[in-house]
Amino acid sequence: MRYLRAFGRFWWNFIVGDDWHVAAGVAVALGVTYLLTHNGINAWWLLPASVALVLTESLRRTVRPREQEKPRRFN
Amino acid sequence: MSTGTILVVAGAFLASAVEMVEALTIVLGVGVVRGWRSTLIGAAAAGIVLGILVAALGPALGSIPIGTLRLVVGALLLAFGLQWLRKAILRSSGYKELHDEEATFHSERVQAAAARDDRRAGLDWYSFTVAFKGVLLEGLEVVFIVIAFGSAQGQLGLAAAGAGVALVVVVVAGVLAKGPLSRVPENTIKFVVGLLLTSFGCFWGAEGAGVDWPGDELSLLGVTALFALVSLVLVRALRRRRLLPVTAGAGA
Repeated sequence: MRYLRAFGRFWWNFIVGDDWHVAAGVAVALGVTYLLTHNGINAWWLLPASVALVLTESLRRTVRPREQEKPRRFN
Repeated sequence: MSTGTILVVAGAFLASAVEMVEALTIVLGVGVVRGWRSTLIGAAAAGIVLGILVAALGPALGSIPIGTLRLVVGALLLAFGLQWLRKAILRSSGYKELHDEEATFHSERVQAAAARDDRRAGLDWYSFTVAFKGVLLEGLEVVFIVIAFGSAQGQLGLAAAGAGVALVVVVVAGVLAKGPLSRVPENTIKFVVGLLLTSFGCFWGAEGAGVDWPGDELSLLGVTALFALVSLVLVRALRRRRLLPVTAGAGA
């Protein structure tokens, strides 16, 4: 069981990494693209736009805590 | 040769080269301190495992319908590539430390010197296991990229050849340099690889979801250019933002 958990954790870290929101955002964007294209809308623009947004949002979340910590160090 | 194929080979070469530089640093760090026999056997054993993985998984993926394969591979490449791109942007903007092969090499040497002598099956077990794990873990990323690129583009042989050339180049450069390849612009290469992984993931993922790209494979260049532009804007914005709290804190 311990090995199974370690195996699962390895692949989670390998594919998903530090921020699971990125993988979740990608999955949602792909799902919506699939639904739109299968309902007659060629939504080629949706995934690139979503990826850019997901990346920006992930970086914003990553740098935010550090910015809040910095002023405390100067006090 | 199509745009997609050229980018697949270039991506497999660059991704493999950068991972192999890291594996080489581990192997060198252990080898120079504890001897080469067990270290090289460990590295070779990992190489054999990785080769078996490519040989077994590559053809198996070929039996999956191309649309489904591209959707799954695209989703995986997007999640995986965005990790690379995210880290590259954080490094370029100063939020994350740059990868330093010299420091890693020094750390590997210190640990190798401190490790106790443990002989199993006629091998120095420390050298064998560290080289095996190092090459296997760095190599898994190469295998993932080669299989993903190769199977989704239907060019597994070319992608594997790109990785093979990278292996030869890195090993020869390592032997000539007799040390870690610290002058390789690793962070820039990782940025480019992150861009390629994300762009291919987006292109194939959308195609697998049923999208008909305008301009077909040429739109891959457009997607890559868009992500490059977004990444550069993010690097600039984060660099500026990193300095802002210091100014605010000093003024308060």
